[in-house]
Amino acid sequence: MTVVRELLKKKLIIAAIIIIALIAFVALLADIVAPHDPNKQYFEGLTIEGAPLAPNSEFLMGTDLLGRDLLSRIIHGARTSLIIGLIANGVAVTLGAFVGLLAGFLRGKTGAILMRMTDLMMAFPALLLAITLAAIFEPSLIIVALVIAMVNWVQVARVVYTQTVSLTERDFIQASHSLGATNGRILRRHLLPHVVPTLLVYGTLGVATTVLLEATLSFLGIGVRPPTPSWGNIIFENQTYFVTAPWLVFFPAAAILLLAVSFNLLGDGLRDVLDPTQRGRKS
Amino acid sequence: MIRYLGGRILQAVLVLLGVTFVTFFLLYVLPADPARQIAGRSATPESVQNIREQLGLDKSFFEQFFTYLGNLLQGDLGRSYIQKTDVSELVSSRLAPTLLLMVAAIGLELMIGIFVGVLAARRKGKTTDNVIMGTSFVAVSTPQFIAAILFLFVFAITLEWLPIGGYGTPQHLILPALTLGVLGAGWYGRMVRSSMIEALNQDYARTARAKGASERRIVWVHAFRNAGLPLVALIGIDIGIFMGGIVIVESVFGWPGIGQLAWQAIQRIDIPVIMGVTLIAAIAIVLGNLLADLLAPLIDPRVKLKGGKNR
Repeated sequence: MTVVRELLKKKLIIAAIIIIALIAFVALLADIVAPHDPNKQYFEGLTIEGAPLAPNSEFLMGTDLLGRDLLSRIIHGARTSLIIGLIANGVAVTLGAFVGLLAGFLRGKTGAILMRMTDLMMAFPALLLAITLAAIFEPSLIIVALVIAMVNWVQVARVVYTQTVSLTERDFIQASHSLGATNGRILRRHLLPHVVPTLLVYGTLGVATTVLLEATLSFLGIGVRPPTPSWGNIIFENQTYFVTAPWLVFFPAAAILLLAVSFNLLGDGLRDVLDPTQRGRKS
Repeated sequence: MIRYLGGRILQAVLVLLGVTFVTFFLLYVLPADPARQIAGRSATPESVQNIREQLGLDKSFFEQFFTYLGNLLQGDLGRSYIQKTDVSELVSSRLAPTLLLMVAAIGLELMIGIFVGVLAARRKGKTTDNVIMGTSFVAVSTPQFIAAILFLFVFAITLEWLPIGGYGTPQHLILPALTLGVLGAGWYGRMVRSSMIEALNQDYARTARAKGASERRIVWVHAFRNAGLPLVALIGIDIGIFMGGIVIVESVFGWPGIGQLAWQAIQRIDIPVIMGVTLIAAIAIVLGNLLADLLAPLIDPRVKLKGGKNR
């Protein structure tokens, strides 16, 4: 609870939490909140020449190249972004925590092999790897999320590893050993709780990275497949119109920025609160 | 020193070998059939099989891998399936544009980052600081393609000051370099600010101030020389990232560099080219880190090389 109280002291972080909550709320109730069907191509949604409509009272953010309501597509796109963010970071944090804890606790050969694996991953050009994987697989929500998780877990594993190594030297872990606790019990009951704050911070910051990476992949046309709306593929689909109808790019771009900045702010705030050693250095 | 270097180089070679193996394996198991891609849609099964045999794709995984590795040791990166040219030739023809863009981008990152970082540190807690930190927060949260489109819209289409894309004149370099430089400067600025704040609070800064040194001298001669070190690590990381992945900016601006080559190869499943680019990128990442670690003690004598350990 003190964590929450500390967090709420900063106005910017409150703003970030409100924005995230709003976007999550909208995403959850997309079917009710969205004014139109995101996939319906409205006949009156295009000009006589077949060009998209500018924002007006019927279509608040205008229409896209197929005469669909942009606002409704952005609202449904929020759902796509958040689902991918949750799955990708769930997998990345779980995998990273597992590898980091295990390597830090066991050390020796197993630990060395696990950590060399992260060395290897760090030498991979991350974006290139993500693009290659996404391009070769039939892109779907799950594949995009897994590709992002593949890239993101390494950092978590490294941080958790460093923390675990220093934790295992501490007396309370030695004491549990001598009291006859099993390795599994020590890992779960004594080590895991200590790295939860780290996981929380990296999970939150990771959502921002994920939103950006998903948008980038979708912008290249290898992310989420249309007609399922995602903020990245809305820009991808409409980029040919962006000179005559710039709102088709600016609204989804603003949405991406808003969500990414909010999650970065919240993650940074969490780090300041949860890790007092970092506090002096940040502000 | 020589032992340290030897250890690091051995480690680098092992990591690169691992990257080669993993990439090769991934491209082997993934559900993409390059022979079918080359043969075209209307090809008969026989001609697809023919191409497969020609390229040696019918052989076992390890046979293929060791053939590739053997060629690699002789400096042969293989031939592109699509363009029928040597991969090494393709890559080296793309090297100059990417290096040019990289140097320009890192130069901009340093200039903007140091300027705003130092300014924010000196005005810590004031409006200037808040504005700079807010802006850099937005910069690091902006995907490259959005910044690229925005710059295109403002400078190339609305104001018509600069070309929409292409390569050749200094004007063509401005927008791609600006996209990378402005976004990246967010990281540099944040880093410079926090290390400058720390340096300005140190005893030597206070001593210098007490002895009547000018503020300018304290900031640049005393504090910045000590606070500039983390920048070296950032540059090292950037070299790695840029060599392997200016994919977005290069394709938006039609910049004929390695990133564009990679993206074209990925779209057509041109496996030898994908392998070649991934390897070059991995080498750049490893070298970038090594360079940063080797330069650190030269810049700051307090930093000691630690025996053979990566990071």
